Amino acid sequence: MMTLARWKVVLVLLATLLGLLFTLPNVLPANVTAKLPPFLPKNTLHLGLDLQGGSYLLYSVDTAALQTERLNNTAEDIRSELREKQYAISDLAVANGAVGLRVTDPAQMNEVVNLLRQSVGAALPGAGGGRDMTVTPMPDQRIRVAFVPEAFAAEAAKAVEQNIEVIRRRVDATGAKEINPVRQGKDRIVIEAAGENDPEKLKRLIGQTAKLTFQMVDETASPEDLAAGRVPPGDEVVSSSDGIQPTYLLKRRAQITGEMLTRANAAFDQNTGQPIVEFRMNSLGARRFADVTRQNTGKRFAIVLDKKVISAPVIEGVIPGGSGMIHGHFTQESANELSVLLRAGALPAPMKVEEQRTVGAELGADAVKAGATSAIVGLVATMIFMLLIYGGLFGGISLIALAVNAVMIIGVMSFTQATLTLPGIAGLILTLAVAVDANVLIYERMRDELRAGRTLIAAMDAGFARAWGTIFDANMTHIFSALIMFNLGSGPVKGFAWTLAIGVFTTVFSAVLVTQVLLAWWFKAARPKTLPIGH
Amino acid sequence: MDFWPLIKVLPVRTHFRFVRWARLFTPLSVVAIIGSLFLTLSPFKLPCGGLACGIDFQGGTVMDISTAPQRADPAKIHEALRGLGLNETVQTAGAPGAALLRFEAPKGADISATVSRVESALTQAFGTVKFKSTDVVGATVSSELLSKGLLGLGLAILAMLLYIWFRFELQFGLGAVAALFHDVFLTFGLIAIMGRFGKIEFDLKSVAAILTIIGYSMNDTVVVFDRFRENLRKYKRMPLGEVIDMSINEMLTRTIITSMTAVLALVALAFFGGPTLYGLSVIMLFGIAIGTYSSIYIAAPVILLWGVKRADDEPEVIAQPAR
Repeated sequence: MMTLARWKVVLVLLATLLGLLFTLPNVLPANVTAKLPPFLPKNTLHLGLDLQGGSYLLYSVDTAALQTERLNNTAEDIRSELREKQYAISDLAVANGAVGLRVTDPAQMNEVVNLLRQSVGAALPGAGGGRDMTVTPMPDQRIRVAFVPEAFAAEAAKAVEQNIEVIRRRVDATGAKEINPVRQGKDRIVIEAAGENDPEKLKRLIGQTAKLTFQMVDETASPEDLAAGRVPPGDEVVSSSDGIQPTYLLKRRAQITGEMLTRANAAFDQNTGQPIVEFRMNSLGARRFADVTRQNTGKRFAIVLDKKVISAPVIEGVIPGGSGMIHGHFTQESANELSVLLRAGALPAPMKVEEQRTVGAELGADAVKAGATSAIVGLVATMIFMLLIYGGLFGGISLIALAVNAVMIIGVMSFTQATLTLPGIAGLILTLAVAVDANVLIYERMRDELRAGRTLIAAMDAGFARAWGTIFDANMTHIFSALIMFNLGSGPVKGFAWTLAIGVFTTVFSAVLVTQVLLAWWFKAARPKTLPIGH
Repeated sequence: MDFWPLIKVLPVRTHFRFVRWARLFTPLSVVAIIGSLFLTLSPFKLPCGGLACGIDFQGGTVMDISTAPQRADPAKIHEALRGLGLNETVQTAGAPGAALLRFEAPKGADISATVSRVESALTQAFGTVKFKSTDVVGATVSSELLSKGLLGLGLAILAMLLYIWFRFELQFGLGAVAALFHDVFLTFGLIAIMGRFGKIEFDLKSVAAILTIIGYSMNDTVVVFDRFRENLRKYKRMPLGEVIDMSINEMLTRTIITSMTAVLALVALAFFGGPTLYGLSVIMLFGIAIGTYSSIYIAAPVILLWGVKRADDEPEVIAQPAR
């Protein structure tokens, strides 16, 4: 005590000053903060979604669906390839994560296997060669075509990355730049949107696969077959939202896909004034579109979005330029949304929501109020209690240590931009209330030492020296719980853990060092003979 | 005689015979633990047994809505949602027009699309509806959260055992961990009982509260142990029971003051913190109380039963406090 090292004083003053500096932007009005010199910190506390309102969305990327889709495409490729080369096959179907088929003529078995080995799947990158699918002959003239597991895993991982990329493009297109999709684990994507008032709109923007295809309508099938559920090979039944027919029978093969679009924007039909979506294709798409319209004039083709027909117009003539328009049943808003989705492109793999937490801005404001009220009441009660117990001087010193502690916690949280949640506020209050424990330990130790017959100075010294180990051990226990809590996931709980953890360090610092410096100053100034808290 | 500061009028040194009462209290605690375990587990069904399972661990959807200025008539809400096959429960409380909806999306249905359907059905029925908060947790995430939560609790207890073992002795660690188990089980019992009255749910926040209790209970145990270890070195020939009594008595003022400040803060949180913080603060209030108790009546008796190594051959460092 008597030998108060200078570094302690400097450290305490410095920490208090820095704490104040970083806390200040939280209490100053924004226009004052803006005028401060640039070297001063301007960050305010970063409020969690539960305090400012907003949505947390956890998506899982459905890689199984991606696999099924790839297998379905492969099955179609096999069908057309073998038909072209006039091999007779049957039982072509996707089941159990593989494409299965049966070659009718046993003599052709080897030829078909060899042909498929060269054509299905995609070539693997790298010099090793090989393809990402294996073709296995099975008994009874059957053939099984499946993915090489590692190759598909790599593709799935790439799809997750591409999904994030597409989401980012979509979000950017709407100008909501603070929304940042983040990958979590192997196949999850987290999106946090503060202040977004309509989570449904956000989910439409982010979660929709937006896979656009143009497929020919198969008008040759007999209505009886369809009624009996017999779908011609290579066809599929797709539900519709065009308000004309509930379902359409479509050729599975997509003539035009969304990737061929280069532009899409919302517009109005010049005749009817209805909202529409205009699009323009790249050269490949334009050529293909011209071919298709030439060969199929008078027939109908369907514009399909995510396995739903949005419009099925009759082709009235060749469309050469590669541009067109979609007449869905759009409102101005939905036409806008669709054009954003088409411009940003489809998600390579579909996603589904696994977890959603939405808090309205109003409820967030209520939470801030509740947090603030309980903080003030709890802290004022603690302060009064400490003053009552230890009197103006020692009680007051513990309160100054408490104030430094609070300023440091808020300063650190503002500086690191750690998220403050409502449970975080609870953690903060609790930390501060229990922080006085360190002061209590020190004071009680001093009283013990005094009672044991030591001189005042020796008792004060021993109070610090001996209480230190206890304070350290006792606070380590909080670090463990906070660390474990931090790994629990869930934003609000993380916020709680974070304030607890920061609080442990600031508490040890302020209770030990700040108290020590203040007591030493008092001792030098007053030269007391007895301790005001002794008997 | 002035009464301020109060510390001057508090008794200097108490001489309670804590250890003597252990014969009574420790068996009582064991009974309470068994009771709590039963309440927590029965009916023996996953995921939450006897606890009121929050959606964090069970999956499902909770929507906090307001139909103000209209009354949130549960019958009307059920009517609006008929046909969605949700089997929803509606709870109306507090402000007029406020209602809490809970449901589980039908198996295989997209949980997020279900929320959209519910929102449009309600908006159609009531005109304007405010959706104050919506929480949706899917089955995969909820089972992950549950295992993470339980694993977290286990890890916390293990970490405490290792730390105390490292800083003190194995016996101390075992005593501390026995006290921890006591606190954790009784807290689960509290959550089970409060859950039956619809007051507290078992969710991530409760787990966070229990983890905090583990921290604080340990904090208290460490403070008592610290003094205990010191006294063991000082008074080498004093019977173990007396050393324990003396140590607890010496720390009693501190224990009471610290518990009081924590209680003051937590009561403020429970009263003014709103529904989100209510469960969290009540659990922690209870935890602080039993944490203090268990340091005395669980941790210390375990050490007493087990005994500790005392270097008897060394002379007593301080036979009597120096005068």
